[in-house]
Amino acid sequence: MENFFEDRKKRLELFHKQVRGKQYSNPKLEIPSGLFIKCDKCNEHLYSEDISVNHFVCPKCRYHFRIPARYRIKITADEGSFEEMFTDLVTVNPLDFPGYPEKIAHYQAETFESEAVVTGTASIKGIKIALGILDSFFMMGSMGSVVGEKITRLIEYATAEKLPLIIFSASGGARMQEGIFSLMQMAKTAAALKRFSEKGLLYISVLTNPTTGGVAASFSSLGDIIIAEKDSLIGFAGQRVIKNTINQALPEGFQTDTFQLRHGMVDLILDRIDLKDKLYQILLLHQGSDEFGTSK
Amino acid sequence: MNLEQVNSAWDKVSLARCKSRPTSLTLIKYLCPDFVELHGDRLYGDDPSIIGGIGFIEGIPVTIIAQEKGQTTEEKIMRNFGMPHPEGYRKTLRLMKQAEKFQRPVLLIIDTPGAYPGIGAEERGAAMAIASNLWEMSALKVPLIGVVLGEGGSGGALAIGVCDRIFMLENAIYAILSPEGFASIYYKDGSLAQQAAEVMKLTAQDLFGYGIIDGIIPETAGGLHKNPEYTFSILKDTLITEFKKLLKTDIDGLVTNRYDKFRKIGGFDVTK
Repeated sequence: MENFFEDRKKRLELFHKQVRGKQYSNPKLEIPSGLFIKCDKCNEHLYSEDISVNHFVCPKCRYHFRIPARYRIKITADEGSFEEMFTDLVTVNPLDFPGYPEKIAHYQAETFESEAVVTGTASIKGIKIALGILDSFFMMGSMGSVVGEKITRLIEYATAEKLPLIIFSASGGARMQEGIFSLMQMAKTAAALKRFSEKGLLYISVLTNPTTGGVAASFSSLGDIIIAEKDSLIGFAGQRVIKNTINQALPEGFQTDTFQLRHGMVDLILDRIDLKDKLYQILLLHQGSDEFGTSK
Repeated sequence: MNLEQVNSAWDKVSLARCKSRPTSLTLIKYLCPDFVELHGDRLYGDDPSIIGGIGFIEGIPVTIIAQEKGQTTEEKIMRNFGMPHPEGYRKTLRLMKQAEKFQRPVLLIIDTPGAYPGIGAEERGAAMAIASNLWEMSALKVPLIGVVLGEGGSGGALAIGVCDRIFMLENAIYAILSPEGFASIYYKDGSLAQQAAEVMKLTAQDLFGYGIIDGIIPETAGGLHKNPEYTFSILKDTLITEFKKLLKTDIDGLVTNRYDKFRKIGGFDVTK
């Protein structure tokens, strides 16, 4: 367990250095060059610079490491195009849940994010989009009121501005500490997407590792096109809960991206390295045509 | 434990799950003696944990959809303890669309520990089925009233709960997950469910206080099973009044109000 936290710290430092530059890293923890990180899948010790130039995909086995929201922006949006929105929303403790504010403060300090989602506008090879990215490094990307509200405001903004919408999900589900408020964010985000869709606008939902629970059962599953990033756990119920309920072992490959493709729940699976090109291609296909008078 | 005196949230959890508590079928019989049950999702199968059908409530034609836990052990097994599979949610959606076509208001009765966590449910897209219901219900062009009869368990309850009005029985509960699930995740010990229930804010009174539900239907001392008729008659009057009110609202206004109802839910601050 200690190793897990050490490893997590090392990776976060690496991301901070990559995305935010030196001023964000803790000088005491600064990653020495030549740092090794162990691959989650093949256990190979990888040279940190090798994986960071490779979009955090293991050069040996192609395993996709989890990445935080800012790094996703870096590899998805055109350089400098991201403009963050709705940063004025602040997490409170609606149920007076013991220890919740401290927990939030801890994650804020560790990730430099205020909450588990980053929202705004950006462009992908010149096409302007509304972009939302959940961050699994912040309380496992769980959806509380602020996450639900930011996602909803993003959808409403995209509806008003007639922008295509892309949301990258990475979430364990609802946020337990916000109880019923968290649950109701599922209805709120889904309702906003319904209105968005009625305007004939495009929503691409990208499911990344992990996409489960209340996030999987709301806005993540409502894309016109649903893409799963390789090596993603995707499903509704948690594996431990299922195991305890049915009292038997789960089949090999259960709730993986390929499982979801096989069962007809996602349109395609992509390697991280191919995502930006494919998103651009799909966006382009939805721009309509001047010749036929369908351009948007 | 003496359930004549309800003090803690856990007392309410116990009452909501009490094995003598009447289930949805009893309520349907009371409200709608001529109920015609309609089966199947037309895609995969018929989920016995969700009952759907049509009938009159005091002359108002309605569609009724209800999660049913079963009363006897045999029924409970047949009903999968009220834990729906995706086909149950898809049957719900089919019948709601049918109601929309015939402009029938819909009554949705919630009583489930949650959507069934199993292999088949995942294979058939539990997440997708729930998400689709949230999406469709948010814009359905008929009045929707939800009643939490016993347990409102997580996304499995919300999947039939995006309604214009939501009522809870006095000792019903509605939460993000079961106290056992909460305890096993949060305290890493499922046996601390009682402790979890106290911090989860899952009672009808909590939810009414937060403005998430529209009203509480009283139960007699000791719980619903002591005098179901008392509660059911109040519920029936409430439903008739509310359905009549909603049926008079123009349909676009109804859908807009429903959007706004869920849109405003959330506890957060905005910095200046």
